[in-house]
Amino acid sequence: MHFGLEHYLILSAIMFCIGLYGALAKRNAVAILMCIEIMLNAVNIALVAFSRYLVPHAVLLTGQVFAIFIITVAAAEAAVGLAIIIAIYRSRQSVDVEQADSMKG
Amino acid sequence: MTVELAFWILALVMVGAALAVVLLRDIFRAALLLVLCFFTVAGIYITLNADFLAAVQVLIYAGAIGILLIFAIMLTRNIKEGNPFNRLKIPALLVSLLVFATIVGVIVSTDWTTVTGASQGVVVPVGSATTGPIATALFDQSKGFVLPFEIASVLLLAALIGAIVLVRDRNSKE
Repeated sequence: MHFGLEHYLILSAIMFCIGLYGALAKRNAVAILMCIEIMLNAVNIALVAFSRYLVPHAVLLTGQVFAIFIITVAAAEAAVGLAIIIAIYRSRQSVDVEQADSMKG
Repeated sequence: MTVELAFWILALVMVGAALAVVLLRDIFRAALLLVLCFFTVAGIYITLNADFLAAVQVLIYAGAIGILLIFAIMLTRNIKEGNPFNRLKIPALLVSLLVFATIVGVIVSTDWTTVTGASQGVVVPVGSATTGPIATALFDQSKGFVLPFEIASVLLLAALIGAIVLVRDRNSKE
């Protein structure tokens, strides 16, 4: 196969699924947040790959602009998510997501 | 050819680091390998002619978010619990393999050469610096992203205030 867009997209798919597996199967809330960061990075790789390869012999910068916005949202998400995790740790002395079940019916 | 070699090395290191983040028992080592993973993503951006984005990746992901995660682990670390799996280990593996098979099937079966998007947006030739043209792409009058940019700044302010409010100790009245 000719080296190009597909290689980057499949790398992005591998990273996304590793992150998805970790986010679904981990018990530590910080580890879940780390896996979500891996997923966001995977999406960014796909966007930048599109920006490089969709137009032949040129770089369409819209994909990179979208990646910048995703990095902004990821930074905000990490700050608020870690603040929530620290607040939960203060009240329960644990970051195990299976013990944070007070809203369970 | 050089780009191809760099891609394979970076991709192998990246996938290995990401797998270690998910599989390691020690969450502190997992966080350090996540920072390595962020650095390799910056390398991948350089192979894709995105120099500004690579710098942003190192500054914000490897720098800021990496330090934030390590701080959170230090503040909440429970040595004997570590980084265990929950009881959804096997179903989660099946779900993510299913998602992976779907994505790869779509990628392989799509004819990407017919997709064109050059009518809108800023285009620069391969090999040129992207920092200046990204400013044009963000702030241009007709094809820019000025309103999303302003909304992003409000979002960052809201996240900043929200994080401070969430971690404030409510018992200590001053």
